[in-house]
Amino acid sequence: MSSLPGVRNTSYVAAMSSVARFTEGTEAGRRVLRFEGDLTLSRLGVLPAKLDRLKGSGFLIDLSQVGRMDTIGAWIVHRTVRDRGGEVAGASPGIARLLSRIGEVDEPVKVRPDPPSPFVRVLGQLGEATIEAGRTFTGLVAFLGGMLIAISRLIREPRRFRINAVVQRFEVVGVHAFAIIGLMSFLVGIVIAQQGAVQLRQFGAEVFTVNLIGRSSIKELGLLMTAIMVAGRSGSSFAAQLGSMKLAEEVDAMRTIGVSPMEALVLPRVLATVMMMPLLGFYAALVSVVGGAVFCWVGLDIPPVTFVQRIREVVPITDLWQLLIKAPFFGLIIAMAGCFQGMQVESSAEEVGLRTTTAVVQGIFLVIVLDAFFAVFFTEVGWL
Amino acid sequence: MNDDQPIISVRGLKNSFGDQPVHEGLDLDVRRGEIIGVVGGSGTGKSVLMRSIIGLQQPDEGEIHVFGQPMLTADDKCLQSVRKRWGIMFQGAALFSTLTVAENVQVPLREFYPRLSEKLLNEIAAFKIVMVGLPTNAGPKYPAELSGGMKKRAGISRALAMDPELLFLDEPTAGLDPIGAAAFDELIVELRDQLGLTVFIITHDLDTLYTICDRVAVLADRKVIAVGTIPELMALDHPWIQEYFRGPRGRAAEEAVEAAEAEAHPAPDAKSGNGKA
Repeated sequence: MSSLPGVRNTSYVAAMSSVARFTEGTEAGRRVLRFEGDLTLSRLGVLPAKLDRLKGSGFLIDLSQVGRMDTIGAWIVHRTVRDRGGEVAGASPGIARLLSRIGEVDEPVKVRPDPPSPFVRVLGQLGEATIEAGRTFTGLVAFLGGMLIAISRLIREPRRFRINAVVQRFEVVGVHAFAIIGLMSFLVGIVIAQQGAVQLRQFGAEVFTVNLIGRSSIKELGLLMTAIMVAGRSGSSFAAQLGSMKLAEEVDAMRTIGVSPMEALVLPRVLATVMMMPLLGFYAALVSVVGGAVFCWVGLDIPPVTFVQRIREVVPITDLWQLLIKAPFFGLIIAMAGCFQGMQVESSAEEVGLRTTTAVVQGIFLVIVLDAFFAVFFTEVGWL
Repeated sequence: MNDDQPIISVRGLKNSFGDQPVHEGLDLDVRRGEIIGVVGGSGTGKSVLMRSIIGLQQPDEGEIHVFGQPMLTADDKCLQSVRKRWGIMFQGAALFSTLTVAENVQVPLREFYPRLSEKLLNEIAAFKIVMVGLPTNAGPKYPAELSGGMKKRAGISRALAMDPELLFLDEPTAGLDPIGAAAFDELIVELRDQLGLTVFIITHDLDTLYTICDRVAVLADRKVIAVGTIPELMALDHPWIQEYFRGPRGRAAEEAVEAAEAEAHPAPDAKSGNGKA
């Protein structure tokens, strides 16, 4: 250390001199703790830990050598006096004031709420989840009811129908989704064709790849993938839009002016989604078939003309009817879940995020549940 | 750094959003130990000024010194050492919503002094919470469970966690009822007197300006047009200042202060016993 330049040495000493420390001794039969330096947060260092290790009680605490003191330094002195008994001596008026002030604010405060026992917590979560599920279900049904009432009023007073709002949503929900849904469906078509071909080749039934592409795309996958994409794009944005409007009290303002939020906000979105879903679903199915056709042409040497001919032979028209029947219902569910969750927002911006997530999860989940029901139903009526 | 040097010094500050200038050639000095209020009409860039000083907004031009450190050119280590010495309360309190009030208070302590024991951290959080006038049961509560006034107190409690020398308050009394606002004003003066703070307040509250601010800086025409005590400002004949302090609200606040002073000091001689010379 002697190689250090002198200047640095002195500054080191100067810095050391204000570091808080204490000495312990016995003076006139009494144990004395003498604090020195600055009793401030940045100068405390290991002093609190050292003080904790010190045994004994009934100290005379000498503060006459203390430079500056902040509330944390004062707290440490106060705590020592409180827990170990003793008295303070040699405090300057400022330090004495600070100490007495700190004494006044010494009250027990918990840092975290008491955790409940794990058993109670799990039970509580289970119960809350059940109640929440029930509330969401009844809420959704009530929301559907409210929407039907709004629709019936619109039928009686068609003038109130907001055609502009609906058309605007057509654009956002439908037209703007074209590119991404098209690309997705095209790739899905290729993947089905490629994966299917690999499996079917083992049986020498490569040519049935066309059946696989045609039927799965048109009957199920085209629409299902579209529903997932629309839930992610539009369901979430409905929830976020309505949620933030709810937060900003826009919805309340509407009500007081006499505009029904159901008519002005919810119906245009739901109607637009219901009407766009069949179009988007049909388009997705078509592009998916095209994707499959491209793979068949390139990968399996099935020329497009043959492909189209095979498709017309193997895909019954009922597959298309199924798609077109299911699509509006999927759209209804997705838009309703989005709007419903958005309208549930009450307090915070954080809730908007949570509700948006819930809207997407709920939308996709309900679509798949409904799809299962439809599958059983169509099989029963003979649309295999 | 000696005591006469301003604790905050802003020179030639220029800020603009797009081609819309907010500040141009703005100068401001804040002295050690004072409570300075910053006022100005909506859109005069009061918050932008504060954000520039605390380094959240990069100005186009100008120099900003805090504790004598150049804020715009200082390296990260230097900035950290400045951040240790100030506390900031944002308008909405900006409490971390996933932490309890007590944990919020501990955040700066944990960040800068990781060696503090858990026990000491909890004790510090406890007395800081009581010190700003929060009830003891507020410690384990989450910010969402607090009222607006309590959130502000919790915010100031976090700002004070490290015993800063400099405290920034952005509209501390906005959204509080008059009783809560008056209590908050009292709290700020009390903390200043006890801890020797320098306080930088952005406010619209005329009562706050009259009762606690030592000096007031007026922002208009993209710069600080005047700094001084309220009587000094009222002597100027700038139209905005006149309208601000002479308007019905300004007069009401002035009268309230005069009435309170008359009550506290019935005779003019008694004022000399006030101790604040």
